[in-house]
Amino acid sequence: MYGNDFTQQPIVEIAEDDADFQAILDADGRIEPRDAMPEAYRKNLIRQIAQHAHSEIIGMQPEGNWITRAPSLKRKAILMAKVQDEAGHGLYLYAAAETLGADRADLLDLLHTGRQKYSSIFNYPTLTWADMGAIGWLVDGAAIVNQVPLCRCSYGPYARAMVRVCKEESFHQRQGFEILHTLSHGTPAQKAMAQDAVDRWWWPSLMMFGPPDESSPNTERSMRWGIKRFSNDELRQRFVDMTVPQAQALDLTLPDPQLSWDAATGHWEYGAIDFTELFEVIKGNGPCNAQRMAHRRRAHEEGAWVREAALAYATKRDAEREAEPPAAVA
Amino acid sequence: MTQSPGHDLSAEGGHGAVPTTGVPATSGRAVRDWPLWEVFVRARRGLSHGHVGSLHAPDAEMALRNARDVYTRRQEGVSIWVVPAAAISASSPDEKDAFFDPAGDKVYRHPTFYDVPDGVEHL
Repeated sequence: MYGNDFTQQPIVEIAEDDADFQAILDADGRIEPRDAMPEAYRKNLIRQIAQHAHSEIIGMQPEGNWITRAPSLKRKAILMAKVQDEAGHGLYLYAAAETLGADRADLLDLLHTGRQKYSSIFNYPTLTWADMGAIGWLVDGAAIVNQVPLCRCSYGPYARAMVRVCKEESFHQRQGFEILHTLSHGTPAQKAMAQDAVDRWWWPSLMMFGPPDESSPNTERSMRWGIKRFSNDELRQRFVDMTVPQAQALDLTLPDPQLSWDAATGHWEYGAIDFTELFEVIKGNGPCNAQRMAHRRRAHEEGAWVREAALAYATKRDAEREAEPPAAVA
Repeated sequence: MTQSPGHDLSAEGGHGAVPTTGVPATSGRAVRDWPLWEVFVRARRGLSHGHVGSLHAPDAEMALRNARDVYTRRQEGVSIWVVPAAAISASSPDEKDAFFDPAGDKVYRHPTFYDVPDGVEHL
């Protein structure tokens, strides 16, 4: 999938306006790991892929919270499979970042010391079982809208990883929808639980697309480089248009009194988003920021002896093999 | 609208809004990790193994087990090879250089180079 830089070649840096490089991008071609590329392109991608990977890894926590309390064995098996997928997505992405000359261990260190971030959406708590439905349907639904264009990203290894991730996310979104559908067609208490979850997750899901276009100055360069294909607002609108009819099918309401169909534009109009909340969560003041980071650091520290023991065992086995006399050749 | 907290934010990456400025790409510090392995999977009988990705593992046995969990969770393969990434020799750092040029002007290696008179079949 990735096509690593197998042999350690020196990284070749070129000017940001290099004609050959831009010609590949303009022809909708792909940049591969051993190509010369501008330093800013490389760093931009490492940062983006690393923070995407961190989001997948931290994203295991809100759902892992419900594995032991899933309402049936079937739901538990599904939830475990989904959380395993998130781990897998993180690993595909760290591998893609490594093709650009980053080290996975270094990227993890940057996460653990708070120098690189993960998506703010995972700093919200999962209070009820219905949150597993709302996360799958809304959060993974928004992720798919973000990720599908990345399958055509100009950097080959990232694009290939995203193809695989998108296939797997489809299961995530459907299982979330099914959880909410089952609840909303159950007892009044179950339906109320589903509605409460949707009420809490709707606005944070819209914030996942980032600030409005006029305050996203970095978007232009990412677009020119074929890393980003659509603006924050375009993707947000696509998500709203896709989701409103699904909410109707669920017989649940979206918590926005201004939500209305605009026949002239062919889009659903939505109310103003309070971005103050997003900025507060990103600054570290969300409900679960401290808890998520503490848990991640603890898991990493508690796994240190396993990493060291496995390496010591491998080193010992290598030494034993070298000490053995070579097998006789007949 | 409220201004963002000192850095630009974008929905780049799958799960949305993250800071895009003031974030280092790497620290430049070498951290010890398990070796890197490249993973090749035979999707089904009749096909050759193809490269699917890479992973870190302490030894070949663990690399195979990790490859099964990371790359074949949905029965994507019937056989896996793992190869230490450091053991692979690659053609050249730049994929568009002269290494492949000798094949560039030998169009006569393709059957479409040859004229066949009308009416001649099975050729």
